Amino acid sequence: MADEGMTSWKSLALGCAMTEPGTARRFNTGDWRSRRRPITDRDKCIKCGLCWIVCPDMAYDPDPKAEGYYTWDSFYCKGCGICIAECPKQAISWLEEKEEDKYGPACGA
Amino acid sequence: MARRVGLEVSLACAEAVKLANADVVAAYPITPQTHIVEHLAELVADGHLDAEFIPVESEHSAMSACIGSSAAGARTFTSSASQGLALMHEMLYIASSMRLPIVMAVANRSLSGPISIWNDHSDVMGERDTGWIQYFCENGQEVLDLTLAAFKIAEDPRVLLPVMVNMDGFILTHVIEPIMMPDQAEVDAWLPNYAPQLHLDPAKPISMGMVGVPEVYTEAKRAQLQAINDSYPIILEHWASFAKQFGRDYQPVESYRTEDAEAVFVSMGSLSETIMSAVDEMRAAGQKVGVVRIRLWRPFPVEEFTKAVAKADTLVVIDRNLTFGAPAGPVATEVRALLFSQGIQKYVANFQAGLGGRDVTRDQFKEMLAKAQRAKAAGQDMTCEMVGVKE
Amino acid sequence: MISAAEAIKNYEKITPKNIPLVEPFSRGHRACQGCGEVLALRLVAKAVGQNLIAVSATGCMEIISSPYPQTAWNVPWIHVAFENAAAVASGVEAGRKALIRKGRIADAGAKIVAFAGDGGTADIGMQALSGALERGHDFTYVCLDNEAYMNTGIQRSSSTPYGASTTTSPSGSHSKGQMTWKKNMPMIAAAHNVPYVATASPAWHLDLMNKIRKAVAVPGPAYVHIYSPCPTGWRCGPETSIETARLVVQTRIFPLYEVIDGKFVLTRDIKNPKPVEEYLKMQRRFRHLKPEDIEVIQKRVDADWERLLGFVKATNPEAADKAE
Repeated sequence: MADEGMTSWKSLALGCAMTEPGTARRFNTGDWRSRRRPITDRDKCIKCGLCWIVCPDMAYDPDPKAEGYYTWDSFYCKGCGICIAECPKQAISWLEEKEEDKYGPACGA
Repeated sequence: MARRVGLEVSLACAEAVKLANADVVAAYPITPQTHIVEHLAELVADGHLDAEFIPVESEHSAMSACIGSSAAGARTFTSSASQGLALMHEMLYIASSMRLPIVMAVANRSLSGPISIWNDHSDVMGERDTGWIQYFCENGQEVLDLTLAAFKIAEDPRVLLPVMVNMDGFILTHVIEPIMMPDQAEVDAWLPNYAPQLHLDPAKPISMGMVGVPEVYTEAKRAQLQAINDSYPIILEHWASFAKQFGRDYQPVESYRTEDAEAVFVSMGSLSETIMSAVDEMRAAGQKVGVVRIRLWRPFPVEEFTKAVAKADTLVVIDRNLTFGAPAGPVATEVRALLFSQGIQKYVANFQAGLGGRDVTRDQFKEMLAKAQRAKAAGQDMTCEMVGVKE
Repeated sequence: MISAAEAIKNYEKITPKNIPLVEPFSRGHRACQGCGEVLALRLVAKAVGQNLIAVSATGCMEIISSPYPQTAWNVPWIHVAFENAAAVASGVEAGRKALIRKGRIADAGAKIVAFAGDGGTADIGMQALSGALERGHDFTYVCLDNEAYMNTGIQRSSSTPYGASTTTSPSGSHSKGQMTWKKNMPMIAAAHNVPYVATASPAWHLDLMNKIRKAVAVPGPAYVHIYSPCPTGWRCGPETSIETARLVVQTRIFPLYEVIDGKFVLTRDIKNPKPVEEYLKMQRRFRHLKPEDIEVIQKRVDADWERLLGFVKATNPEAADKAE
């Protein structure tokens, strides 16, 4: 609630600094998607990594376990569609997504 | 070996910064602070002070650069006055809220308009709420001593707040006074290197200056309030250790001939010395009068001040600027408020004098006291009156 | 001090085979869907690596990366105010320089990078930038240009292009939107005699990252101006950011070049430019423009391109008309 303090003033760091780096990683930006998500057709994918490069939200990962493919992260993807527009092989397309399926960690490409 | 020199007070201020072995000076020249920064530039150029001298392109950038430098962990100094101080106004709040121990010498000068390069306190009074520790010097020795002490106070891990050292422009900055220069070795023993609690360091990444969302802003300010309140005993502690090391004692409130005074003047800055002379003359004429000089302005020394004025029933409070639209000047307003909130009744007269560099004479102080006493006897309030206005 | 050209000779070039995996900027930030600016920021941070001290001006990138307690910064970061990223960075640089020289901290080669939007650079931040560049501090200044004060609600800046509709230069029955030409910040930076200036677009990510690598390798000030598409403010689809960033170069509207020790070097010579109309029609902020307005823009873009070629010829005769 905006009317209540989130934490005791005594627990704040000096000057209200944040002493732990990258705490934003806990924020579920994947919640911003609406009704659809990108999905990669691995038959068309040439593992160029462009989807990983152009994603403003870093929702792709070069996953060593995925044999050179890039895994998609449901927790962060905002559904902007840049990867779909930029994939040189048009290997990524929209897939309809139910609201309840948005939540949770990476569920693969 | 400490040595006694005849030195222009501005240069003494710069020498204090050199004795403190500052790491960064980021400053923009403005009359009457110029000799301070010029001397610092000279000290760096001649290798007497190993510091980065940043000739910034405005006072706003001066304080911005100071914030960056202090955040990087460096001992940082700047100086300004009047328009320059006003120009860096928004940055002053940020420096204190970020808990950065920057030291700034302010060569008090009146604010435009009309434009005036001469002394009064309108510049610093506009910065009361900025969260800086603020104190006033009365003479050249104090300028050197209190500038030096400012680093120790600011950088104390229990404080970590910026400190503003006020010195009246021209009246102090441009006079030559006899000054005891402490020995560098003595200073080094007393003032350790700055050891930041939090700073910008790739080995320990932190984020400084985050967005203070409504759910945290109040708590952030509460923490800052605690810091300035907690700084009070530590300021006294360091002034006491300064006295021990260098032999000169400074108190948040200084009383002169107030023991049996029926009326006391209340003042800040160099006017206090004139008032002390006036008090001597009035005492010689049989009047029971004294002067209470406020040295520490922020955090305000409520207890010390209340004690100092306890015996007198009349206070003649001198303000060196006007507060338009308010019933009285800033010092008088704060004095009245603190007395009232403690249920203490006194006759408090407020005079606004010495604006724009105008001299205030001993005779004028005597007149002020006489006026206050007459008004009090006649049951009239002396809420606030300007002194020396040509009608 | 060595020249930029000398310093750049041995910089570590990024190729498709060695794109760094490090993300000094974290996921979970609050930028809009499809934000081209945050992508540019991410790539800049990636190119510099973990040994980065970031100084941000108030603006989109600062707001979306630091709502307490969530910071998207994995490197030391400071934000102070809107107009002073360059002044704060100057202080950080000087502070560290003094501390290193006095032996109080080790010199691990940390790179100081100031980030600001077009507002915090070309308008309110102009003075601080000019001062920092003139004083020669060793830092890199990155202007992320989304062509308006986007964070406060799409108000115009001096970097808003001619004909664009913003909330303070709206198109209407009595107005065609912004009626002044975009302030040329890279040229203004170059006029400060700094060793390195560059323009970049996120549509050429390797070029962008390598220009950043060169910028941080150069001793003294470096200025990099990055075109940053804003689907929210320009009113185009979030998926179009890279396409827009590509077209703006292909139409010669935003030329890619470097100024190395005062010598102009074209990154891409656009020999067969696409018509500006193709770029303008993608964004609803230009929707109100008539053919005669587009003609005016085309003429100006053509003239500016020739002028740029003139600078290349005048400062770098051997490299005139050469694309990398």
